[in-house]
Amino acid sequence: MDTGKMDLIPLYVSLKLSIATTVVLTVLAAPLAYGLSFLKFRGKSFIEALINLPMVLPPTVMGFYLVILMGPKGVIGRMWESMTGGALLFTFLGIAAALIVCSLPFALQPMKAAFQKIDHRLLENAYVLGLSRTEAFFRVIIPNSISGIAAAAILVFLHSMGAFGILLMVGGSVPGETKVAAIAIYEAVESMNYREAGLMSLCLVGASYLFLLIVNKLNREES
Amino acid sequence: MALRVCIKKKLNYFDLDINFSCSPEELLAMIGPSGSGKTSIIRMIAGLEMPDEGRISYGDEVWFDSSQKIYVPPQKRRLGYVFQDYTLFPHLTLRENAAFAAKNQKRADDLLELFGISHLRDRKPNMVSGGERQRCAICQALARNPRALLLDEPFSALDFMNRRKLREDVKLLRDEMTFPVIYVTHDIQEAFSLADKILPVVEGKIDNGWLQRSISSAPSTGAPAKAARATRLALAL
Repeated sequence: MDTGKMDLIPLYVSLKLSIATTVVLTVLAAPLAYGLSFLKFRGKSFIEALINLPMVLPPTVMGFYLVILMGPKGVIGRMWESMTGGALLFTFLGIAAALIVCSLPFALQPMKAAFQKIDHRLLENAYVLGLSRTEAFFRVIIPNSISGIAAAAILVFLHSMGAFGILLMVGGSVPGETKVAAIAIYEAVESMNYREAGLMSLCLVGASYLFLLIVNKLNREES
Repeated sequence: MALRVCIKKKLNYFDLDINFSCSPEELLAMIGPSGSGKTSIIRMIAGLEMPDEGRISYGDEVWFDSSQKIYVPPQKRRLGYVFQDYTLFPHLTLRENAAFAAKNQKRADDLLELFGISHLRDRKPNMVSGGERQRCAICQALARNPRALLLDEPFSALDFMNRRKLREDVKLLRDEMTFPVIYVTHDIQEAFSLADKILPVVEGKIDNGWLQRSISSAPSTGAPAKAARATRLALAL
């Protein structure tokens, strides 16, 4: 392999993947966090524990089940194939879907914390002023939880940049498609291409550190 | 149109059982010691809490009736409700707060003018004083042309001077208010200076003797003494 120049494509795939999961999860987690913070329904704690499971399970365990589900014989894989005619496993969309499942708790926790901090009387005032629950969600809850939502987005972004095991299980290492920076670093080390591994690692360290500083700043603003 | 309330509810320490009405252009002061169920009554009128049984109606419109299983949610009652402490939306300016539910933006501006806070219209609630915030809360409630106004100790968190000023403002507004107004307070002087009708509530029930007792008896709690001093202070200032 040419050692003079760093292959930038894995970094690009990582970035694309992280942006995709961040956008999807920010939109998806907000109503979910609302449901878990404000609604009362049966089985709530079971659902919440299930959603948080990826946070504690080894990525290989998550990957194992997701491969089964998303494979050509799995429920999701078959559905996907009948809809689009293509496979889901070992594709970019496949790793994005897997990562969304695994990163959901990272989006949910800060949002839930932000929503629960909102004074309940503000919502009551909104209801008395004629706002439906949905209107109150957009006009009162969201604008008063901006830092929590931003923190959630950044955490998901960082978690996606650093994902490794789950992507290797579900995505393999298809260059340009599912080979992200974390996997490329691993492979570069395996093939003793230390210069490239070092450069790419440095990129990840720098970007992650910068974003964590932003999260800290957001948290400070909130308190 | 008159507001009629006849409700029962089991609370933690006593049973609430109350029956009263408030006609249009009438200011009813609900007075009583802290924890006597006044806020619960207001919350049930607003639709934020559900009585165990009884009926709440506004003119011909029934808002709650346990026997007919009617419950109109707060959104549909079109009431003005000013809470005990600040419930302005912190992300909006005073003007945006006042206009939050207003049909007509100009009405909100006029109200801010009337309450003397229009120069603060572009500030956020945390940039103004407690008195100014409560003024804005009243503007917010009035701007949507409510059918009745509920004021739950709106000035209790304010200092004496501010409270007196705001009380005068509310008095001036009385002519504009063509709807029932229910004013909760534990300040006897405030009740006397504002109200057309006084409703003493003790442990969830109407107790007409309470007022008499708390004025004439030896001031065990200090509240009547404070009220008496307040009158003299008001004269002096």
